[in-house]
Amino acid sequence: MAAIEIASVRKVYPGNVEAIKGIDLSIADGELVVLVGPSGCGKSTLLRMLAGLETISAGEVRIGDRVVNRLEPAERDIAMVFQNYALYPHMSVRGNLEYGLRNRRTPRDEIDRRVKEAARILEIEPYLERKPRQLSGGQRQRVAMGRAIVRKPRAFLFDEPLSNLDAKLRGQMRVEIKRLQRTLGTTSVYVTHDQLEAMTLADRLVVMNGGVIEQVGRPIAIFERPETVFVASFIGSPPMNFVPVSELGADAPGLPAGTDLVGIRPESLSLERPEGPALEFETIVELIEPVGGETHLHLRHTASGRTLIAQMRGRVVEAEGSPLRLWCSPRALHPFDTRTGRRTD
Amino acid sequence: MVENRPLLNIATHLVLIIGVAIVVFPVYVAFIASTQAPGTFFRGVTPLLPGPAMIENYTTMLTDGMSTSGAPPLWLMLVNSTWMAVIVTVGKISISILSAYAIVYFRFPLRALCFWIVFVTLMLPVEVRIIPTFAVVSNLGLLNSYLGLTLPLIASATATFLFRQFFLTVPDELTEAARVDGAGPVKFFIDILLPLSRTNIAALSVIMFIYGWVQYLWPLLVTTDSRYYTVVMGIKRMAAYADQQPQWNLVMAAVILAMLPPVLIVIFMQRLFVKGLVETEK
Amino acid sequence: MQTKRTIFSNRALPIALIAPQLVITLIFFIWPALQAIRSSFEREDPFGLRTSFVWFQNYTRLFADPTYLSAFGRTLLFATAVTVLAMAFALVLAAAVSRVMRSANAYTTLLVWPYAVAPVVAGILWWFMFNPSIGILPYVLGQFGITWNHRTSGTDAMVLVVIAATWKQISYNFLFFLAGLQSIPNALSEAAAIDGAGPFKRFFTIVLPLLSPTTFFLLIINVNYAMFDTFGIIDGTTSGGPNQATNILVYKVYADGFLGLNIGSSAAQSVILMLIVIALVFVQFRFVERRVQY
Repeated sequence: MAAIEIASVRKVYPGNVEAIKGIDLSIADGELVVLVGPSGCGKSTLLRMLAGLETISAGEVRIGDRVVNRLEPAERDIAMVFQNYALYPHMSVRGNLEYGLRNRRTPRDEIDRRVKEAARILEIEPYLERKPRQLSGGQRQRVAMGRAIVRKPRAFLFDEPLSNLDAKLRGQMRVEIKRLQRTLGTTSVYVTHDQLEAMTLADRLVVMNGGVIEQVGRPIAIFERPETVFVASFIGSPPMNFVPVSELGADAPGLPAGTDLVGIRPESLSLERPEGPALEFETIVELIEPVGGETHLHLRHTASGRTLIAQMRGRVVEAEGSPLRLWCSPRALHPFDTRTGRRTD
Repeated sequence: MVENRPLLNIATHLVLIIGVAIVVFPVYVAFIASTQAPGTFFRGVTPLLPGPAMIENYTTMLTDGMSTSGAPPLWLMLVNSTWMAVIVTVGKISISILSAYAIVYFRFPLRALCFWIVFVTLMLPVEVRIIPTFAVVSNLGLLNSYLGLTLPLIASATATFLFRQFFLTVPDELTEAARVDGAGPVKFFIDILLPLSRTNIAALSVIMFIYGWVQYLWPLLVTTDSRYYTVVMGIKRMAAYADQQPQWNLVMAAVILAMLPPVLIVIFMQRLFVKGLVETEK
Repeated sequence: MQTKRTIFSNRALPIALIAPQLVITLIFFIWPALQAIRSSFEREDPFGLRTSFVWFQNYTRLFADPTYLSAFGRTLLFATAVTVLAMAFALVLAAAVSRVMRSANAYTTLLVWPYAVAPVVAGILWWFMFNPSIGILPYVLGQFGITWNHRTSGTDAMVLVVIAATWKQISYNFLFFLAGLQSIPNALSEAAAIDGAGPFKRFFTIVLPLLSPTTFFLLIINVNYAMFDTFGIIDGTTSGGPNQATNILVYKVYADGFLGLNIGSSAAQSVILMLIVIALVFVQFRFVERRVQY
């Protein structure tokens, strides 16, 4: 187990395409850090650079006390779980688990002990002699995890490991990964484009966009105080509403200097007027999505013609097409300056 | 089938039966001829029913051969043919899989040029460069040797392309997982890539074995010593004498024996054979 | 050129891996081909003591030589006949096999094995069948008043080698046509049937057009086969005779160079054949790779 230190790391592909534009990040020993961002944001590239599967164009990566820039993947003492599992199709589950250990000339009894332990933790003991193609998606996922665990590496690297599973299984495996990571206490870097996965798994969340880090922090902190317009729009489901200040009308509260855009979380819009000052929104109900415990309202803002989304507890009995007045407390506004893309308060 | 038309179905089977008959008939006639007693072919027409001398004819050919034709006993030529086919198969597959591995999994100077040099072999069948190739083999002192018989035949663009095509379908993540697991290029090749290529190797082996077995012109050129004759070229020598001295019963016994090994391979490994044939030519 | 996302960084290893293939190609393919090109511009004196550079004389002589020109025409005739017959037969059989369900495998087995028969053996099989004194086919033809003798009649000899070459190639074409037919979605035939097309109409309006990539591919392969792989058939039966009647280009290279020892002329013929192969390979890769798409 080890801390990971990423300093001014850049990745430039042939033809001067800059995929990573200078990233600094410290990952503490035992921490689970999730890299999240839209596709093409550089999160996978960064992970693959940690793994040694991509060369590092500039900067430095340390795992523990070693600079690993020039080390082969195997020498970095990391384990990786791939999106499509990458199990060796011609080897049994046991063979898959053993392969990395055998290549390191681990003694036979040690291999057996570790495989047994990993199989017990992951509940794959009954399948040890089977071939990967005889397993279900979830079982393959466990074997891929097992292959990482048996190595007892300094760090786990996860490259979208759950995106090939169906929604229900993905939820289960997410919980298991978190539990496993807590138990083993192994430093982990986890890449995903699914923000729900990112929010629930991360000790610390790293939001990336266009080859740079937009924000780093605890998931809840990022959710409650997104530092940039991009982070505000990317984190949260349903996504945040954005309204230019010019369209707020006369009752706009005092906003920090430079603010020209405000973000409003769907759950911050309410049907009852809150205590103290409040922003008022006259809307037309366009669509009602009941999602079980809560309801999503798709509304047309009468003043600006924009679509707003509001999230309500329980059931809402408005009729589609009818007018609806909503309020929002000024404290719930996220003020931004579109010229810098950053928060103004 | 879209609809049921009994008449058309009967016609279909009829076409197929006639087709099979045409394909099989020459071999049937050859087999019948190979069972006839000596002297049958001095006059009259080739019989269409088996004769009494099958065992005798085949034994004679296997052990003694046709002395007048200057060809050695058939068993020796069959052994030579087997050697030649096996060496060509193993050689072609080995050098092709290695070069495909180099081309797909590495970047090295002049890689594209190497690829094109391999590609060029497609354009130069032995038939069009007979004399200079013969001169090279002769200068290297490889006439009348297994090496001379096989070495010039084992460069193979088609096999290289097949393996390249297959390697390109192997997921990158598998290579990456192996690298993380501590496998270098040699270990990855032996532990992962080679086992994954098993079916392709088997399918290709069937095709290459047949290719090696049916070679005619090349053995004809490089072997003057009858100890190195292959069965396919030996038969031609026997047949050339059969017109003066009609021992067709013996010649046809040799023909059947020369056909049997590759034909049996095609019949019993039909699935691999079809895969190999269709995929190498893609 | 395509490679993997992940590649190994070694420098010497790939060169060592590809070296055997390269060395063999250079020694046994490229070097001899260059030698052939050089010899095609040279002439040896009658005693084989000196060679002199004669520019294109070997070529101009060749194209002024009526026997070479007639060999060219003969090769064209032979290749066309073999290609058309072998493909037509194979297509009929493949279409028939694709219609039968249960017995398809059995028929396939019975039809594909001639692929494994050496061309020279195929030649000898038919030579025996057509043997003028004892062969079964001349006897049958005789019943219809036709005399057969490929030892004296050039036409008979040509028919003989065409039949032998066709017989051997049917199995190959059959397999590719069958694979092509099986890759055509059944739904298309069903849709056409609903549109009221009967089996024959369906075959000619739906199946055959969709099969055109396979057909075009086989066309190239068959021409290539007829021109080069049939050496054994000729040498095993007629040896180019009677009176040059079956002397096709690939056999003439061998006969002139190896038996006639006319190195310059044979080399020039080799170069011309190389150009033909290169053209065929070019056409194959240029047009077959980007197959006729629908």
